[in-house]
Amino acid sequence: MRRAASLLFLLGLALLLAAIYRHLGPNAANVGQLIDARAPTEVGAANIVTSVVLAYRGLDTLVELSILFTAATAVGLVLGREPAATSDRDAGFILRAGADLFFPLLLVVGIYIVLHGHLTPGGGFQGGVILACAFFVPLLARPGRRLDQRWASLIEGLAGASFIVIGLLALVGGEAFLTPLLGKGGMGSLFSAGSLPLLYTAVGLKVGAELAGVLARLAAQQPVA
Amino acid sequence: MSWVASIIVIVMLAAAVAVLLLKDFLSALAALAVVSLALSVLFVILRAPDVAMTEAAVGAGLGSLLFALAIRRMGLARGHKPEDRP
Amino acid sequence: MTLTLVLYIAAAGLLLIGIAGIVLHHHLLRIIFSIALLESGANLLLLLSSFREGAAAPIRLKDGFPAMMADPVPQALVLTAIVIGVGVLALALVLALRILAIYGTLDVREIRQSMDEEIAARAGVPLEGGRQAPRSDSDPIATLEVGGHE
Repeated sequence: MRRAASLLFLLGLALLLAAIYRHLGPNAANVGQLIDARAPTEVGAANIVTSVVLAYRGLDTLVELSILFTAATAVGLVLGREPAATSDRDAGFILRAGADLFFPLLLVVGIYIVLHGHLTPGGGFQGGVILACAFFVPLLARPGRRLDQRWASLIEGLAGASFIVIGLLALVGGEAFLTPLLGKGGMGSLFSAGSLPLLYTAVGLKVGAELAGVLARLAAQQPVA
Repeated sequence: MSWVASIIVIVMLAAAVAVLLLKDFLSALAALAVVSLALSVLFVILRAPDVAMTEAAVGAGLGSLLFALAIRRMGLARGHKPEDRP
Repeated sequence: MTLTLVLYIAAAGLLLIGIAGIVLHHHLLRIIFSIALLESGANLLLLLSSFREGAAAPIRLKDGFPAMMADPVPQALVLTAIVIGVGVLALALVLALRILAIYGTLDVREIRQSMDEEIAARAGVPLEGGRQAPRSDSDPIATLEVGGHE
């Protein structure tokens, strides 16, 4: 019975893939060409994907932030309270020295990628992931240390709230939610594209704090088996 | 440049099959990281540098870290415990 | 062999390998690996719709924007999809940890059997044959009829 269902599902999947194959290749009419033509003058960011993520589809980014928040909260709920002590061995000299070297490097790279998201490939999500790893590496090197969960929750909450507040400020001005504000500046300079760098900074801090909290929670677990 | 892409695709699919067939879980995790890295190179070939950076940071970095922590906490990384047959 | 066809085969291959892993394996961690492969294949398939032959990345070069650029909307969607994928994987791994703590095993068949027994014990109903395969010594038609509990 189960084998028959799997076979039927594979048949349906093969039909779906064949249908997608028939429509491969550039489409004649889609909104991407319009956005490519109009984004540099309307939004002013040198990276068009950033202007799509934050300006044209800003609501999608807001929903994605809430999905991440739900996942991180659910991880905290399922794992429960942190155990008092950990039974890990000492991590060794190489890992300790390497972690002391890596932490400032990763921090600088992460902050750079977050701040320059509207100029070069990068942005809040990539930089946030790098920041989370930057704050986790010292925990790997010294197994007894704990990440301060109160700071992580505070930063996460404030960053998420500031993203929504910046979006609401556009409502105050009479435009739609999350319209870019603050004027467009010179193309290609750091202070261009209005409120987009601020939004991406908020996203980067939120994602970084969330994922660092998840990693720290997971690392502090006692081995189950 | 489709022959470069073909080689990377072959490496990626071989590593994906290896994820399912390798007995040791840490080796399967390494194969999954190879799939993520090959995928990020393919994203660069597809002219999507933002997505390539995200896939490299998330797939090969954070995702593998999450899996490794979970494998260690499940006790599947000590010695070489044989897993149940598929 | 155009580039689009090669990458389409790669995405379809990843999807099929991921589905094969979910269907054929019984260890929960292997199933989570296969879910990760499935997500990678789906993201690659979605990104294929953004590619134009001979186009450049949608980012400003030194002297201005390139003449023909790739479609930025699927790229933005796949960007968020990848990050959501890692959040979902984190939750899946944590749930697998709790299942291991409660049931003591990560074999999906054994977990299903334990859950059936627990439900049958709490409801006070005798446990008939399992849903996986009827026992060889009992009547296969009767066990297919009931399917576990009433």
